Amino acid sequence: MALDTVAIAQSNPDISQPFAELGLKPDEYARIKEILGRRPTSSELAMYSVMWSEHCSYKSSKVHLKQFGEKAPRSDALLVGIGENAGVVDVGQGYAVTFKIESHNHPSFVEPYQGAATGVGGIVRDILTMGARPIAIMDPLRFGPADAPDTRRVLPGIIAGVGGYGNCLGLPNIGGEVTFDETYAGNPLVNALCVGVMKHSDIKLAKAAGAGNLVVLYGAKTGGDGIGGVSVLASETFGAGGSTKRPSVQVGDPFVEKVLIECSLEIFAEDLVVGIQDLGGAGLSCATSELASGGSGGMKVQLDKVPLRDPSLSPEEILMSESQERMCAIVEPSKIDRFLEICKKWDVTVTVIGEVTDGKHLEITWNGELIVDVPPRTVAHDGPVYNRPLAQPDYIDQVNSQKVDVPIPVTAAEIKAAVLKLAAAPNLADKSWVTSQYDKYVQGNTIQSQPDDSGMVRIDETTHLGVAISTDANANWSYLNPYQGAKLALAEAARNIATAGARPLAVTNCLNFGSPEDPGVMWQFAESVRGLADGCLEMGLPVTGGNVSFYNQTGSVAILPTPVIGVLGVIQDVRTRTPMSFTEAGLDLYLVGETHEDLAGSEWAFLHNQRVGQSPDADLQREMRLIELLLEGNSFFAAAHDLSQGGLSAGLTEMVLRHAVGATISLENAGVCLISETPGRVLVAIDPSHTEHLEGLAIKNVIAITKLGTTGGDSLTINDAVILLSELSAAHTSTFPKLFG
Amino acid sequence: MRVGVITFPGTLDDRDAARAVVVGGAEAVSLWHGDADLKSVDAVVLPGGFSYGDYLRCGAISRFAPVMQLVIEAANKGMPVLGICNGFQVLCESHLLPGALTRNADLHFLCRDQEIEIVNNQTPWTNSFKQGQQIVIPLKNGEGSFQCDDQTLAMLEGEGRIIARYIGENPNGSRNLIAGITNAKGNVVGLMPHPEHAINELTGPSAQGLGFFTSILNAMVK
Repeated sequence: MALDTVAIAQSNPDISQPFAELGLKPDEYARIKEILGRRPTSSELAMYSVMWSEHCSYKSSKVHLKQFGEKAPRSDALLVGIGENAGVVDVGQGYAVTFKIESHNHPSFVEPYQGAATGVGGIVRDILTMGARPIAIMDPLRFGPADAPDTRRVLPGIIAGVGGYGNCLGLPNIGGEVTFDETYAGNPLVNALCVGVMKHSDIKLAKAAGAGNLVVLYGAKTGGDGIGGVSVLASETFGAGGSTKRPSVQVGDPFVEKVLIECSLEIFAEDLVVGIQDLGGAGLSCATSELASGGSGGMKVQLDKVPLRDPSLSPEEILMSESQERMCAIVEPSKIDRFLEICKKWDVTVTVIGEVTDGKHLEITWNGELIVDVPPRTVAHDGPVYNRPLAQPDYIDQVNSQKVDVPIPVTAAEIKAAVLKLAAAPNLADKSWVTSQYDKYVQGNTIQSQPDDSGMVRIDETTHLGVAISTDANANWSYLNPYQGAKLALAEAARNIATAGARPLAVTNCLNFGSPEDPGVMWQFAESVRGLADGCLEMGLPVTGGNVSFYNQTGSVAILPTPVIGVLGVIQDVRTRTPMSFTEAGLDLYLVGETHEDLAGSEWAFLHNQRVGQSPDADLQREMRLIELLLEGNSFFAAAHDLSQGGLSAGLTEMVLRHAVGATISLENAGVCLISETPGRVLVAIDPSHTEHLEGLAIKNVIAITKLGTTGGDSLTINDAVILLSELSAAHTSTFPKLFG
Repeated sequence: MRVGVITFPGTLDDRDAARAVVVGGAEAVSLWHGDADLKSVDAVVLPGGFSYGDYLRCGAISRFAPVMQLVIEAANKGMPVLGICNGFQVLCESHLLPGALTRNADLHFLCRDQEIEIVNNQTPWTNSFKQGQQIVIPLKNGEGSFQCDDQTLAMLEGEGRIIARYIGENPNGSRNLIAGITNAKGNVVGLMPHPEHAINELTGPSAQGLGFFTSILNAMVK
């Protein structure tokens, strides 16, 4: 069949179009017709359908996400806020840092290696697009039960994919999470965070300004991967003789991306671009419409100039293709020669595909025939917005009214057994099996990485300025109380940075939920966003951007509400950081903060199949005082370690095993003290000569401190329970090798 | 004293290697894979990474890079050359060193702090170490298992051409725990672990890797 052009669409207005197969609702299709004053061409339909998808348009989440703007705290640090590829914050000394988390959940279930690999590739390009050199990545991951057969398929593939791509890009992996729960069995979560650094003056934006400027596509050639749903159009239009169908999951080539990064940074350094956008979800549809609407709106693109890996691709497929490792730049004609020269140096394919016009429409031609003629804002930003029904699900009252019923260890034997059980639990066990597959050393600036509380990288070798990042979520708490759960995750991430001596500065997030069409899930989402926005306002931390992943659901079973919160902080001199553990005997160990009987949502409760009770309430004023105490104490703390999942038991285990220096602890009500997960607590080790100093900080910041014991020896001794480091280490380190080989 | 650090497309540890050269006391000179000029350097480092994406085989394409023809020529005339990780792989593919690096025995990429023993301190890259000195530097690679035939192995052992061995459990299946070797003249050294990532305790497990970069300075001053 012939090409569907604007002229044909005008002359032939009534043919039926497969909008439903492309995921558009009848009223959305009607809206497109109203915008255009005619039916869309098949290429326009392809663009609208993908740009108005949940993934690209945030149509179900927008009404809630606007709270991040409305409740934004005053912050001088924010240089670029929500809406660009990634937020940018000022970290001082002329440096700006950009960071963001994105999800690649669904593809990673279908094809774990490539799904995870291209998840890393996508977020790295977002950071690069801001003008920054990517300097580190992190990967918060969630899987089905650790011993489930499918987890053995999914987990090794995802880990290898994150490592395979990130290692080859030369980006240190400085942290993340690996957590298991049966609700993730059909919906593993692959969230990837990237952080990049630049000078203030180097910030780039996605805008196509200046009539006559050139639209330049560079990087990999366009293929048929990641086209997904749009194939219905191709088959409708072209019948059986169309292009070869490729897998819906994109295939990554990290080598091409590494070269693209270096080539782009050289181009940025010579100030050769007016605007820039990477090609991720929705490919060229997204890049052209976003660039055009970021400028005055006018752009002409000759789609037939796009270099192809598969020459049989139709124009609709080229517009939709999610082939990886591509960028689109707006370049002044006077600078194009130098631009092409740098691409040639790096052997990067580069093509001028169009130009910015002084019109208001994005016009795309195919061999001279006009196939797209749209106001770009209507594609990129004016998608449908839904205020979906929400209702507190029935389970909330039911679980909140029950009390956690778990055995509390009392005798020395029970205490020892509990500590060993928690040390070996998949959610708390040593993750070296995972992290040893990631390069943490490359670039030579990694100060902290897994298993430290946060990842920390140096950004200036002369002044020793650095940034620290932590990502956290506690889905058990979010399940019991999504409002508090989001606040608690925020507090934990901030605390994880402060333990090392970095001051929290800004927030990103990746909100993973079930179907927004389920009012119960929508309520969980709304409550989480409200909690996070309130929390950020109270703590004075701006949200710089984020990502929403809906439809993480198998049948009627949604995943636990999983808002992953990333907090970035600044440390003036990385050499002064406080490590997470101690290397010497004779130090005093203090619990900073109070312990209550907070067993709901705890790992101990999870291990006993209990997901009931009420989550703790986040006391952010207290958390902020604790952060001040930690930052002031940084000058004399020998070690500081956050207590979270697994409570004091897990915290002590991690500290004594880190450098194989034991500790002797005495506790009242030891059982509850060890397993409770009261938020806002940190274990601190100090030389006894600093006792008064610590006591002074505790009084000044109104934070309770309790001396627990001293460091030293070859065991973790808790009252009468003696656990040799060798047996504790065996329990902690054998879980992953046993499960995954 | 000028030490060249080569960047191929896909090289990752070039900036780190240059930093280590400078901390070691020499001047670091960037060399590009397409260069037809060694810029009067006195020695060359081939850093780690995934040059040309490790397409075909690790190092198989890089050996044909224009700059490598000059490196091979200079190495054969006695210029000191150190290949680290991917650089080691390139040296093997270039036949400056015997043997080959294959997939790690467990098929996983492995990044960890590795104890090695310097067993030949007579090369221009190892003369700062004591014979038998044990050091800890990062090991990070997917294809680090050194393999060669029995005859070659006997030759390497017999001629003292193994310069470093892994201590403890074999991390990757390398024959005779080989972490690094040298050529017959002793000027070309290939090393799987990464000394350039162990030049201070802030960013590495130790500062013991620096010895490779102070060694080259000693060698030149002599």
